[in-house]
Amino acid sequence: MNQFQYVRPTKAQAAIDAVAKDANAAFIAGGTNLVDLMKRGVMTPQKLVDINRLPLRQIERVGTGLRIGALALNSAVADDRLVREKHPLLALALNAGASPQLRNMATVGGNMLQRTRCAYFYDVAMPCNKRQPGSGCGALEGINRMHAIFGFSDKCIAVHPSDMSVALVALDATVLLSGPKGDRKLAFADFHRLPGTTPERDTNLEPSELITAVEIPDSPFTRHVHYQKVRERASYAFALLSVAAALDLDGNTIKAARLAMGGVAHKPWRLAAAEQALVGQPATEAAFQRAAAVAMQGAKAFKHNEYKLRLGPNAIVQALKTAAAA
Amino acid sequence: MKTPEKHIGKPMNRVDGRQKVTGAATYSAEYELPGLVYAVLVGSTIAKGRLTGIDTKAAAGAPGVLAVVTHLNAPQTPGSKPTGKDPSQPQTTGSALRIFTDDQIRFNDQPIAVVVADTLERARYAARLVKGQYAPEKHQTNLEAGKAQAFLPTSAKKNPKSPMNDYQRGQADAYKTGAIKLEQEYVIPTEVHHPMELQAITAHWEAPDRLTLYDKTQGTMATRRDFAKEWGLPEENVKVIATFVGGAFGNALHSWPHESAAIIAAKVANRPVKLMLTREQMFTMVGYRPHTWQKVRMSATADGKITAITHESIGQTSTYEEFTESTLAQTRMMYQSPNLTTRYRLAALNVGSPIWMRGPGEATGAFALESAMDEMAYLLKLDPLEFRLRNYTEQDPETGKPWSSKFLKECYRLGAERVGWNQRQLAPGAVRDGDWLVGYGMGVGTFGAHRGSSKASARLLPNGTVLLQSAVTDIGPGTGTAMTQIAADTLGLAPAKIRFEWGNSDFAQAPTQGGSAIVNTVGPAVQEVCLALKDKLRELAGAGNAAFASAKKEDVIFADDHLTLSGNDTARASYADLVKQAGGTAVTVQSKPNGENGQKYSMYSFSVHFAQVRVHVLTGEVRVSKLVSCADAGTIINEKTAGNQMKGGAVGGIGMALMEHAIIDDRFGRYVTKDLADYHVPVHADAPDIQVAFVNQPDPYVNALGTKGIGEIATIGVAPAIANAVFNATGKRVRELPITPDKLV
Ligand SMILES: Cc1cc2nc3c(=O)[nH]c(=O)nc-3n(C[C@H](O)[C@H](O)[C@H](O)COP(=O)(O)OP(=O)(O)OC[C@H]3O[C@@H](n4cnc5c(N)ncnc54)[C@H](O)[C@@H]3O)c2cc1C
Ligand code: SF4
Repeated sequence: MNQFQYVRPTKAQAAIDAVAKDANAAFIAGGTNLVDLMKRGVMTPQKLVDINRLPLRQIERVGTGLRIGALALNSAVADDRLVREKHPLLALALNAGASPQLRNMATVGGNMLQRTRCAYFYDVAMPCNKRQPGSGCGALEGINRMHAIFGFSDKCIAVHPSDMSVALVALDATVLLSGPKGDRKLAFADFHRLPGTTPERDTNLEPSELITAVEIPDSPFTRHVHYQKVRERASYAFALLSVAAALDLDGNTIKAARLAMGGVAHKPWRLAAAEQALVGQPATEAAFQRAAAVAMQGAKAFKHNEYKLRLGPNAIVQALKTAAAA
Repeated sequence: MKTPEKHIGKPMNRVDGRQKVTGAATYSAEYELPGLVYAVLVGSTIAKGRLTGIDTKAAAGAPGVLAVVTHLNAPQTPGSKPTGKDPSQPQTTGSALRIFTDDQIRFNDQPIAVVVADTLERARYAARLVKGQYAPEKHQTNLEAGKAQAFLPTSAKKNPKSPMNDYQRGQADAYKTGAIKLEQEYVIPTEVHHPMELQAITAHWEAPDRLTLYDKTQGTMATRRDFAKEWGLPEENVKVIATFVGGAFGNALHSWPHESAAIIAAKVANRPVKLMLTREQMFTMVGYRPHTWQKVRMSATADGKITAITHESIGQTSTYEEFTESTLAQTRMMYQSPNLTTRYRLAALNVGSPIWMRGPGEATGAFALESAMDEMAYLLKLDPLEFRLRNYTEQDPETGKPWSSKFLKECYRLGAERVGWNQRQLAPGAVRDGDWLVGYGMGVGTFGAHRGSSKASARLLPNGTVLLQSAVTDIGPGTGTAMTQIAADTLGLAPAKIRFEWGNSDFAQAPTQGGSAIVNTVGPAVQEVCLALKDKLRELAGAGNAAFASAKKEDVIFADDHLTLSGNDTARASYADLVKQAGGTAVTVQSKPNGENGQKYSMYSFSVHFAQVRVHVLTGEVRVSKLVSCADAGTIINEKTAGNQMKGGAVGGIGMALMEHAIIDDRFGRYVTKDLADYHVPVHADAPDIQVAFVNQPDPYVNALGTKGIGEIATIGVAPAIANAVFNATGKRVRELPITPDKLV
């Protein structure tokens, strides 16, 4: 691990200033991702600005929505009464991630910003455009079992590994940011980026911008929801792919639907066309299959992830079935 | 007179359980020696070629750095053989890879330097500053490609009696003429042991020619021998301590490069050095279960008698060491096939050497054999259990000898009943529970019941307690606990009055912990040394009391810390008084391997595993919903630790069947699975409540205790049981492990 400076401010502005002053500084929250990356030499910040003392842990009602502080722990959010009542999909997604120990350390902001698990990204002896722009994409013609089927470029085919983010994009969340140029809001769907020609940038966060909270508007998706995570073991594994599904049912008719996938793209992948295809339909397996077919349009596989083209629609159907029955 | 309480067979708690759960147990990386410093290895980034230069300047100048050792400045280790001179020879001098002596790169992440610093963080930082320059050569890490150059192991070429030679009984390749024929290929990927405790060593030169190693090893004496030879020292100048080992599963059966590196580093820095591998390094340089291709061809009569089996295997090894294992052993003796052919080959790749991993080759071979048995049963429209019974062997078909004992039928009966085998449908895909398909499968395991030679020492202390010592390690099975129980029963002492000490090469000679042989081997030594101690006590008692001197040996009763005489109410001598009177007492015995009986009988442990699995119809996820493991392992010394062993082995089998898979990107010859987030081992949620049943019948010939060994048969046969259950559930036959959802959707 490199030598680094360590500061622990108590005010958001001080934290932002501390990072802004130094091109090589980074915020650290739970550290469950950043410290691993530092140990592997993938990220080498010269200064760590520990934000754990900032007052950003609240989970509260604001207007007709819920505001969750960026430092709220993954476990605290998943267990929160308001979250479980208003946005059970978020609780399900959070509890599908990592392990209890990690969720007790990991924060909402850190979770959104966790980096891809692409093995080439993690190994400084291998090529990776995301880690070292221009070095090539190791996964493109390498071992790409876990990689993207949507929205990739020939520069990077990595996926975003977060479970929480799949629920947040489905729930139309907004990210609250605070930076040297002031505060701003960003739709969660616009927070993460596609790789394009600059895969080194995961998100549209500006340098030294701090995530302060996410807001989730109230919605009718309080009951018929499901987070379907397909993984190689029963717990404690990143998703091969995952589906967040939410239905608003009138009897057996779908009034509104939300659908997003994880583990398929460089960002949590909202399936708007499939949602549209569900509206007005009966909540039947046949309708779910039609929506799944719409959802998978444009998907393209690489050498080792061809299974995702079959698993994707199956997981969508399973998620919708379970949500409808919930 | 009351009969002394028996401890053998009881579910006694582990003697070291409290130490382990309270953190009082000291592992190899936890010895705090004065002046201790830290070493970190630098690995190569190519798989084959030459190191043309190595820049260590920045590292050497980094804060806290005490030494940077490379092939350019390493001290010579006088006893090391050059790497790969004769890859067929089992290496007895340190690691088979002699590090820091030449510029050759033989696998990716091969250590090219070791950095020593005053803190771990500084050593790790400086290690990152070391830069190798390479002249790469074309490497081969792909087994499929390497198969073309597969060869008969040199050990087999040199020794016609080696079991690695081609085997033939009856007609060669007779499957061709059989009525019902099967021909299939099976592949297991590279699997890595990944015990919880990382490989670690603390090396301390106590004097220029005296070395103490606190080392994660399964064999303190083997490690002592290896490093004494490596440094040209008398063995008694090297001491190896491995009191606690946090799991090993085989990966500490060998001396490895990092151990050599730590010892060299300690020499150069002239300080005690601690070196612990990272999880990434655990993939590359401390062995693994080798990627293996197998082909089984089998024929049977329409009424289910096997007429021929041909089983071939090609396993991966390194270019500098020919690692062989008994992949085909089970095939030669398990079923009554008159015609049988086995062929074992190796493919040398640019990878680190493999090493036995729990259930070693037998578990690999059983995946192919027991899958093929299931496939053949299906072709015959027979229940797989019935098919096995029709081909049951009442004597060893390989040697023609009688079994020393075999209760496999009893295991079949117990297991089938517990899992509910009668619920199994012959037609696959027939049982559905909601979104899950349900299926049943079975797999059989066997492993040689080995007994080696061992010593044990015993000393009766003035307070009437007994101290036993053995160089054996306890890597988790509960060796120390089992030995305490054996001693308690033999001596007529409460377990609390016995202290069994292990894991120190200065103690009485014992073999390396492995091959399910420790209770078989060290157990009798402990029993014999306790008997010798009793002889001594009888003598002492006789010296003080004529009644004892004149008594017949069998009339002397050892119970409750006392000698008494049957039919004599007054003769009584306490152990404590006897030892006080004698001014101390100590005995050591040499216990011999099983000679004659081993010639006359075929000695094996047997197991069968029954699995019920659920496979999700849409996602292809597999969950093992029931697992029943039944073993014929002779006498069970401790029901609790033995049951534990079986469960742990079964969990290993779940990993093998469903998730474990180390992957190399052949373009770079480098692993892409580098941590336990990429390389999955089962978590609790993957293991059902595993049921274990023991036949618990003593074997009359392996040793006087009647034990046969458990460690390997706990794993062998589990993976095919699960694979067969997946077939029964879905109709999909997965012949390349692991059975991940992508193979089922
Ligand atoms: C073994 C393992 C298994 C895992 N499994 C899963 C899984 O199944 N599903 C899943 O979703 N996740 C999984 N994770 C990832 C885990 O969820 C993330 O590591 C965690 O959420 C990161 O949160 P953190 O607070 O620890 O972030 P940190 O590591 O502290 O930070 C991560 C990044 O975010 C930046 N950052 C943090 N907070 C802010 C902020 N407020 N504003 C701006 N920048 C910020 C940091 O600078 C850093 O770059 C796993 C992790 C591990 C180690
Ligand atoms: S997929 Fe992206 S992260 Fe992975 S190697 Fe390619 S560029 Fe790097």
